[in-house]
Amino acid sequence: MLDEIKIIIHNGKQFITDPKNVQLPEPFRGRPEISTVKVDENKLVELCPVSAISANPVRIDLGKCTFCGECAFRFPEKITFTTDYKLSTNIPEHLIVKEGENIPVEIDREAIRPEIKNIFKNSFKLRQVSAGGDNSAEFELNACGNANFDIGRYGIEFVASPRHADGILVTGPITENMAEAVEIAWKAVPEPKVFILCGTDAISGGIFAGSKAINREFLNRIKVDLYIPGNPPHPLNIENGLLDLIGR
Amino acid sequence: MNEKFENICRVKNNSATDLNLIPVYTYSEFSDLALNLLTKKENHCVNYFASPYKNGLRFIASIADDTAGDIILLSHFLASSEPKQLNSLTPKITALHIFEREIFENYGIAFKDHPWLKPVRFPHDRFDRNLKVNDYPFYKINSHELHEVGVGPVHAGIIEPGHFRFICNGENVLHLEIQLGWQHRGVEALILEKKQLLQRVILSESIAGDTAVGHSLAFAQLIESLGDIKISGQLMVERAIALELERIAIHVGDIAALCTDISYGLGANIFAILRTGIINYTQSWCGNRLGKGMIRPGGINLPFTNEHKKRLLEVLTKFEFQFVELAHRTYKLSSVQNRFDDIGTVNEDLIRSIGAVGMAARMANLNRDIRSSHPFAGYIQFPIEPVILPKGDVFSRFLLRRKEIKRSIAWIRNILANANFDTPSEKPVNEIVLKPDSFAISLTEGWRGEICHCALTDDTGNMIFYKIKDPSMHNWKALELSLRNLEISDFPINNKSYNLSYCGYDL
Repeated sequence: MLDEIKIIIHNGKQFITDPKNVQLPEPFRGRPEISTVKVDENKLVELCPVSAISANPVRIDLGKCTFCGECAFRFPEKITFTTDYKLSTNIPEHLIVKEGENIPVEIDREAIRPEIKNIFKNSFKLRQVSAGGDNSAEFELNACGNANFDIGRYGIEFVASPRHADGILVTGPITENMAEAVEIAWKAVPEPKVFILCGTDAISGGIFAGSKAINREFLNRIKVDLYIPGNPPHPLNIENGLLDLIGR
Repeated sequence: MNEKFENICRVKNNSATDLNLIPVYTYSEFSDLALNLLTKKENHCVNYFASPYKNGLRFIASIADDTAGDIILLSHFLASSEPKQLNSLTPKITALHIFEREIFENYGIAFKDHPWLKPVRFPHDRFDRNLKVNDYPFYKINSHELHEVGVGPVHAGIIEPGHFRFICNGENVLHLEIQLGWQHRGVEALILEKKQLLQRVILSESIAGDTAVGHSLAFAQLIESLGDIKISGQLMVERAIALELERIAIHVGDIAALCTDISYGLGANIFAILRTGIINYTQSWCGNRLGKGMIRPGGINLPFTNEHKKRLLEVLTKFEFQFVELAHRTYKLSSVQNRFDDIGTVNEDLIRSIGAVGMAARMANLNRDIRSSHPFAGYIQFPIEPVILPKGDVFSRFLLRRKEIKRSIAWIRNILANANFDTPSEKPVNEIVLKPDSFAISLTEGWRGEICHCALTDDTGNMIFYKIKDPSMHNWKALELSLRNLEISDFPINNKSYNLSYCGYDL
């Protein structure tokens, strides 16, 4: 027993007291900023491995970006990645970072369905479904539950069955082989329910966009309530996105 | 026979070989040679694949000789006009079962007398498109006294999909069969379709996100050998440090997961926190907690400096004290020993027969560690001795992680004491011209075990074939066998004790 107490004391307090205000150290790559400096835009566009950059004016789509940072390494005067980890939103247009603008990515509170705020504010249970995820977003979702990030303190929990859940959170580009299972899991969740895409692969297919082995047809038939970009998303990004969605 | 052995093609890890120098044997010569080599204990097959080549299929087997540190390359050819049937080598060398299954699934080659010729991962470009992922032919036992338990593809927790089918007698598992393929994203095909080097590197980081460093390192080394690019000794050392940090982080997280499954709350919570310290260090180095963005062909964007060195020593010192203290306590707890000891035992012979690699081999007395047998990166300059344990149960898999973490820390400390990082390592190379008509192979030792990447180029230096092997390709079989005659409720700790990759297998 004494040993256990010693171990606890040696580890000290580990939880992040305020996940909304953490300073992550550089070179963490969070929300990019694009300056108005003139560069060879064609080269910049060509460089991006996932076609997340478009020209005139220069924009970066965070739903496609893998945060490899190559654009900032090659065009440091044009693009810098800030350590702002809050990247989640319910509006796809908010994922587009534009040249010369320095606007945080935010949730549009008006656009959140009222039942989400009314019902899930104090207890929000999600069923995670990995559909071709590379186990990195899954890894960070698990980390959200550990003693550092402790998402459970807000009543947010990942549950074992869709029947117990208030929504589905999908990771991965949605493989052909998992497409049916994702839909079955979604149908098994009782109404009202929430649908979340977590990670760049889930939002746009990421580096797997265009693969013959994925099938994203289900997404045409569903309203997405929250996009959590990142490759993988940082646990603080996931945590803040979910808190914003339920209005906490 | 002897004459054949004299002309045999032997190469080293991370080399590119002229395709014309790899002898093409008749299938019967190939079989004799392969079987002869693979009955020797020092050899094991690291890859055996078929690739469309000219007017047929070129089969290449890469057999590692762990004593000499060589890789022996054998090949045979099957013209498209010939019947799609070959005699299976699996009845003699069980470890080949998975490679023959893969070739069967991709090209429809029927391996005669293969005892288990079933689909591997239902890839989008499989030979039999009519066979769907829901049609897997599970093994059946007809008995009124037995029942089946099916779990998945979606599991209870934040975890990747797979289907586990148990045949049970009451609580006891007689047989477990694991069907994968749900995660198939077509990585190998995409590596060929996406021509930009950066796209290919990012794909390699996404083969298995928990092994981003291990797989991207194999890719980078492969491209460097095909592009004849030499990198500095310092960069090699940096890469190996990144790989060891990945090993430490995932191992300690896995110990936390094992503690969760036996309801040892203190271990579950504190081991998980300890992992955070390591991955946050990786993030402060390369910008990503999982090491994505760290490895690039020919160089590194964010090199390791003396400032990194100082901080790494601080992080490791704090980590080691807390880890050793808690791991010692966990090791001595009788309630932990009770749940881990003699559970899910697989012996050395069984592990060898299925061709297990990495941790799954070393926990059962089988010395398989690419870092020492076929050194690469920083392990050439700074050798590392593998940890080998004799018993092969869940306790061994826990203990192996504990010992490997300590060894990795000691190894990094030794480097930091001997290497200086005054001048930053070279920057990555953005475009690389590949050697034409070549076969390249790269082996690395990720935290799970041996990772093997192979590639073929055509006469213009275009990459025409890419083959990835994650250690899970062999090691899922070890989990299946571990479950035999155990209670079904022991499945979770066995599963965690291996922590195998779904996406690394499904590709």
